[in-house]
Amino acid sequence: MSLFSKENGEVFKSPLNLNNPVAVQVLGICSALAVTSQLKPAIVMGLSVTVITAFANVIISLLRKTIPNRIRIIVQLVVVAALVTIVSNILKAYVYDVSVQLSVYVGLIITNCILMGRLEAFAMQNGPWESFLDGVGNGLGYAFVLVVVGFFRELLGFGSILGFQIIPDSFYMENGGLYLNNGMMTMPAMALILVACFIWAHRSINKEK
Amino acid sequence: MEHFIQLFVRSIFVDNMIFAFFLGMCSYLAVSKTVKTSFGLGVAVTFVLLITVPVDYLLQTKVLAEGALAEGVDLTFLAFILFIAVIAGIVQLVEMIVERFSPSLYAALGIFLPLIAVNCAIMGASLFMQQRITMEPTSTQYIGSVSDCLAYALGSGIGWTLAIVGLAAIREKMAYSDVPKPLQGLGITFITVGLMAMAFMCFSGLKI
Repeated sequence: MSLFSKENGEVFKSPLNLNNPVAVQVLGICSALAVTSQLKPAIVMGLSVTVITAFANVIISLLRKTIPNRIRIIVQLVVVAALVTIVSNILKAYVYDVSVQLSVYVGLIITNCILMGRLEAFAMQNGPWESFLDGVGNGLGYAFVLVVVGFFRELLGFGSILGFQIIPDSFYMENGGLYLNNGMMTMPAMALILVACFIWAHRSINKEK
Repeated sequence: MEHFIQLFVRSIFVDNMIFAFFLGMCSYLAVSKTVKTSFGLGVAVTFVLLITVPVDYLLQTKVLAEGALAEGVDLTFLAFILFIAVIAGIVQLVEMIVERFSPSLYAALGIFLPLIAVNCAIMGASLFMQQRITMEPTSTQYIGSVSDCLAYALGSGIGWTLAIVGLAAIREKMAYSDVPKPLQGLGITFITVGLMAMAFMCFSGLKI
């Protein structure tokens, strides 16, 4: 069994597009909507979820033969909760401002359905290396949606990207221009509609499914 | 008394779990096909919230907080693991009760009943409670006692139920509409929820 065989490549690639966790499997919506009002927290959140999914998948896949079936959900939750605690403390130590912005949503990675879905559906049946690839693939698929939604919300809502002003100041109303930021974009309601547009585009492109 | 009503009304309309914080979205989108099932899930979520939030509150203040167990011991980093364990245990209990007393609801909820354990609304309520303890006591969102927790949990649960029953009713009617093909199912549901969230934004100006 080679480490980079064709099947393993499929395991890694399919969640990025055809089997995207947010757009196709409808998992992990809560945080996808809540943290995307700006691009930076969206990126940090996407990376955290990728790391946690990958390592939780590996740990559960190593333990899969020893976990009694009846209590597997609790075991999975404890493993995930421990990983989330570590990540949350790392975020607090190195990117404190982002961790304040993310507030409870870091803790809510525990209840992110992507994690439980992948642990149940994949890591319980497969070896550690495949599970690792699956975890990274799904995490990146999730991060991709977050980054796209975060990009548009920050661009249209604040006129900036990653905190850098993109729309020139002279375009704005108060400086005699014609442009106004769309305040609606920073509101929760528009996140839902943007994700709907993402799903719409995604389904139109992948019609054959 | 006044504070209870403030907390209660605020958590239904202003701090609505779905429309303001997107918590519990997965089961919200998946189970909201018929009004009857979604009402059942709403009641189950409310019930689990009513137990877990006060229990987690007691754990937070009596065990985890700095200096609660012994001088200089700060266990708050254990909060995630402890909260999720409490939630998973209580969900197991609710599952057994529902199976015993309402087998039809049990069959209708299917996989989503055990999945309440990983419903973000439940965990989210506990984490918000943890945040609100540290707020100013004069704030309308402050939680400082078990009864505050009960008011908050009941309000959040009712708000969640209201949201899911509303969406289910709209989706039942929408079955007759002509929706563009790629937007069918999930896409149009998202847009509906977005419009409902905009409607709920009117409440954010509520002064109580």
